[in-house]
Amino acid sequence: MFLRTALLVLRKDFAIEVKSREILYTTLLFALSCVLVFSIAFVREGEPLEDAAAGILWIAIEFAGTLALGRTFERERYGETLRALLLAPASRAAIYIGKMLGIVLLLAVCEVVLVPLVALLFRAELFRAPLLLVVLLLAGTIGFAVVGSLFAAMLVRARTRDVMLPILLYPMTVPLMIAGVRGTVALTHTPTDAASAVMWISLLTSMDVVFLVLALWTFEAVMTE
Amino acid sequence: MKKAFVPLLLLTAAMFAYAPVIIAHADYESTMGLVQKVMYFHAPSGMVMLISAVVCGVASAMYLWRKNPSADRVAIAAAELTALFGLIVLVTGPLWARKAWGVWWVWEARLTMSFVGWLIAVGYLFVRKYGGPGSDKLGAALAVFGTANVPFIYVSVNIWRTMHPMTTVVPTLQAGMRGAFWFSALTLFMLYGLLLTARIHLERQRAALDELYLAEEN
Repeated sequence: MFLRTALLVLRKDFAIEVKSREILYTTLLFALSCVLVFSIAFVREGEPLEDAAAGILWIAIEFAGTLALGRTFERERYGETLRALLLAPASRAAIYIGKMLGIVLLLAVCEVVLVPLVALLFRAELFRAPLLLVVLLLAGTIGFAVVGSLFAAMLVRARTRDVMLPILLYPMTVPLMIAGVRGTVALTHTPTDAASAVMWISLLTSMDVVFLVLALWTFEAVMTE
Repeated sequence: MKKAFVPLLLLTAAMFAYAPVIIAHADYESTMGLVQKVMYFHAPSGMVMLISAVVCGVASAMYLWRKNPSADRVAIAAAELTALFGLIVLVTGPLWARKAWGVWWVWEARLTMSFVGWLIAVGYLFVRKYGGPGSDKLGAALAVFGTANVPFIYVSVNIWRTMHPMTTVVPTLQAGMRGAFWFSALTLFMLYGLLLTARIHLERQRAALDELYLAEEN
């Protein structure tokens, strides 16, 4: 029942998105603009700075993710549908999980475009250990979506939500970003430093677990009116 | 606490007045000299900041799950003091670093962590001020997350090379510095306790006033 509710929420968001593709396209374009802006700072005489690609990749994901989070919940607010969702005789935690999976899915699609592009533009050897990279990206993205969905949901009713979301989310996701960037750097080095990457992945996974438990715990308490 | 407040306040004020004397008489550190004396306020402020953050996190958790309104008052008071003492740490730190390391700031473990912790505390205060209705619960969730985050920030930034002295430096301080250090620390702890009490009292009065207004309207 729990899983079915979560998947229903996910399917609902997915169906809306497939029709308009608004959030996917805007998020993707925003991520590309981020990459362009970073290229101004981190390229010297045509050569990208060492290790810059990992940072650019993760910051682009974080910025684009923040935008997607804001838009996803703005859509619910605009249609007054979040209240309907919360009034539905379904577990709040399941609704949260559905929303969170939607963000993970959206960001995963963005990453499919973003990773090869960053590798290409900044001459980074991102695909030396593709499996580890996928796990690292997934663990980081899930962590980001777990914290982000909770905060975006809480901020729906706040007047200042547009500016509050990044203000709250960025300091909170600092350890996720450090682990993501350092792990990616370890994977692009010659020779590939798989041991460090695995260490960062396990740190990310433990963060995901702790944040998910806390989020499921707080979502119920926070979303009651 | 009400009766003890004024005497304790006077005692803390006297200790603050005496602190420069005891700090001036403490031994000079052999390589850094005079500038090392920043430590007597810098390190205890860092301790107070950390204690205050934990107080805020625990109180917020109690508010979120037990719906205890007095816990919320403790949380907001502790968050304000975390931001205040964090600011003291972040101002005195670079002043010391400029002389000791030759730079105002380095992006290493402890500095990054203090900065992030301070940002979270200020974020909490922003939520409380500009969050609109329901911001008390929002802030509580933020504080709970912030507190749970501390070990992760600590681990992830600590894997980078650490330049800042470790906390183990405190018990191994030279005899000539130890007395002054713990005197300053005690003074700041007392100041923290007093400020926290006063702030909680203010918040309680504010809640009582709101209730009176509501009663009047009805």
